[in-house]
Parts: sequence; structure tokens; C-alpha cells
Amino acid sequence: MLAKRIIPCLDVKDGRVVKGVNFVDLRDAGDPVEAGLRYSEEGADELVFLDITASSDRREIVGEMVGRVADSINIPFTVGGGLRSVDDIRDILRAGADKVSLNTSALERPELVSEAARRFGAQCIVVAVDARREPRSNGSPPAWKAYTHGGRTRTERDAVEWAVEVAERGAGEILLTSMDADGTRDGYDLELTRRIAEPLDIPVIASGGAGNLDHLVDAIVDGRASAVLAASIFHFRQYTIGQAKDHLRRRGVVVR
Amino acid sequence: MITIVDYKMNNLRSLENTFRRLGYPACVTSDPARVRAAAKLVLPGVGAFGDAMAHLDDLGLSEAVIEKARAGTPLLGVCLGMQLLFDESEEFGRHRGLGLLPGAVIKLPAGVHVPHMGWNQLHMKRSDPLLDGVREESFVYFVHSYFAAPADPALVIAETDYGVDFPAVVGSGAVWATQFHPEKSQHVGERILDNFARP
Repeated sequence: MLAKRIIPCLDVKDGRVVKGVNFVDLRDAGDPVEAGLRYSEEGADELVFLDITASSDRREIVGEMVGRVADSINIPFTVGGGLRSVDDIRDILRAGADKVSLNTSALERPELVSEAARRFGAQCIVVAVDARREPRSNGSPPAWKAYTHGGRTRTERDAVEWAVEVAERGAGEILLTSMDADGTRDGYDLELTRRIAEPLDIPVIASGGAGNLDHLVDAIVDGRASAVLAASIFHFRQYTIGQAKDHLRRRGVVVR
Repeated sequence: MITIVDYKMNNLRSLENTFRRLGYPACVTSDPARVRAAAKLVLPGVGAFGDAMAHLDDLGLSEAVIEKARAGTPLLGVCLGMQLLFDESEEFGRHRGLGLLPGAVIKLPAGVHVPHMGWNQLHMKRSDPLLDGVREESFVYFVHSYFAAPADPALVIAETDYGVDFPAVVGSGAVWATQFHPEKSQHVGERILDNFARP
């Protein structure tokens, strides 16, 4: 059986892990390689590195980090953040990433998804859809818009329609983040996740809102997600990946 | 020396590094002369079948790989590299393969998410030194939309179930192939690469 995946997400800036990864026993918790290795040894199925480097030499910094990660970690990893062009994508894949994640650049120019999928293969193109609920007037059905720039900028794109479009354009996977749920620890937006995951025939990674292990189960069972992404519940050692896997297994979810 | 055939479509750093971590010297090359000098060959790959064959032909690598395999040099095909070993593929039209193993490459059936992406299990069909120490139902990492259907079922060493039971590991003589990525399959994958590389 194809296992449901658990994917820790690491935010990196200037080649360093930010947003407090709390492994007390690591020599250098800010080192993406050490943190990534720890997660892979704990049983993480993949890793996502979200790069928020702003400096002018970011290409070199990110490329160097990706290379070091690829040299030492033998599970797949995705790199996202600030990738603007086919050339940017090529550089990151050449440096050793298995997949890239696109958001803002894809919404600004959807052809980028088609071009990248054609050139590098659907399997390495992840589109990150950051979705936020629209205010509801009486009786209107729920709706979500897609956001760019790390969730700061609203677009006129309906998030569900956008997900369908990127799948048609050849994305291999969707990383779906609920901007409403993100940071709340109240659980994933299951309605949004199901709305996008159910009709699509590419995998959807649910993200945003994980606060306990039942939330992971819910995203997979009720939300129909193929994978769950979480940051803080793992970074702050609230749970280990192993505990999360045991919990999913007990609830009948196939995990590695 | 483990020689990894580079036909300019992939990043081969993970494969090379995994062999090095395991203590085996490995190199990546596009030079047919170096391929012809290899002690063991790895044919990797992601991407489209037709493009890959075109690159292999243009670089003069198809001939070198076929020659070496026919001479009995151990060869491991990985992912697309597995598919390339077969006679032909139906991916985006019909394309000729290297023809080292009999059979054709076909699309995964409708009704499952494609690409087949993630960790899935091995079910052993017969014992083979390549899977020495690998347990039944071990998880390995797959990313693919097509699979190789051998003309001879005896080629199949292990299967995986994804809408259909497809060959995950095949072997014939000194030619082996895995549809999954051993270099991304953590300890199980390391064991398989070690089994292949071990003298």
C-alpha cells in the first residue's frame, strides 16, 4: 500500500533554519543538514525547506544549502521560496533538490507551471496554494482565494479553481496551506482540503493548523490528503515523527 | 569503480553520494569510453522516455551500455533507467528502448493518483542477491507514471501494488533494475545499492 506521508517543514534564511527548531541535543540546531538528518532518522518521509532569504546573493546561498542537504540526506526533499523562472528551478534541481515548490511566480505567470513540468517532469513540480476563506454573506457557499507573497497578498483567483488549473498544467503535487488555520494549532481546514483533494488526481499535501496528532489523522481521513505537512508540533518536540506515525497506524492509516 | 551514466537529464549527486557514503568509489560520466571501462554500471533517470533515449543515442551511450551489459558487466537501471532497458515505451508516442530486457513500458492504470509518488511496499516474488537483507513489505520511494511489463514474468524479483501489481525490481543475469529510487529510500535503498556494489 502507498503510505501516507508525514513531512516536516523547515524555514530557512541565509542558509540557516529559523523559527526555532528545538532539538536540544543537536550540535547546531540552525544547520538545515543536521535538522533534516534528525527528522529523516526519526522517520520523516520527505522534507520541505521553505527559503525566505532576501539578500542579493540568495541564489548562491540557497544553492549551497541545497547541495549540502542533498549530500547527506537520503529521503526526498522539496525546496520552495522565491523561485521565479525556469532557470531558478533548474539551478535548484541541479543542486540536488528532488522537487521545487512554486507559489507567487506561478500565480503571476501560470505558464511557468506548464513550462517547468514539460522541461523537468511533473514529479518535481509542486505548486503551493495558499488559500484564505472569503467572508461569507448570508447563504453563500464557502469560497477561498489564492494568496501570494507568503499569504500577504490576495489574488482574484478562486483557490479551488487554481488548484484544478495547476493540476491540468502538469503540477505533480499541491501543497495546500490554509492561511486561516495556519498558526492556530486548531487543526487543518478539512473542508478546504477535501474540496481540493477529492476531485484531483494528483496528491495533495495538507498544511496549516496542526496542533495535535488527531489533526494529522483528520487531514488524511476526512480531508483526503495524501500527506501532511507540519512545523511547530515537531520543531518544539511536542511530538516526534515516530509518535505521529504510531498514532496514525493505530487509527488505521498506512504509514511507513 | 561504480560508473553512473550521465545523459544530461538528471541530477546524479544523490546516487553518487550514496555509493560514496557506503564506501564505494563512484563516478558520473557521459563519456562512452569511460562507460566501456566500468566495473559496474548504473543507468539512472527521471524524465521522459523518448528524450532520454535521444540523449543516450546522441552521446553514443546507448551502444556502450548495450555492449557492456551483453559482455556481462553488472548493470543497475533506476526508475526511468529501468524502463529504458526494455524494448519499447508508449510514453508520448512509441519509442524504442535499449532492448536489454524483453517487454514494454506502459502507463499506470486509471483510478489511482498519477504520478505514483511516495513510499510503497515491496512484495517478493523470488529471492535474489540484490534484495539480500531486504524484508517483505519494506517501503521504498517511488516517483513514476509508467512501469515496465516484462514479456517474461520470471524477470520479476519484487512487485508493488498500485492499482495494479507492477514489477518494482527485475533481474536477468547481471542486469537488474528498480522502478523506485534506492538513493531516496533511506536504509532499505542503501542496502540494495550496497548489495549491487559489493564485489
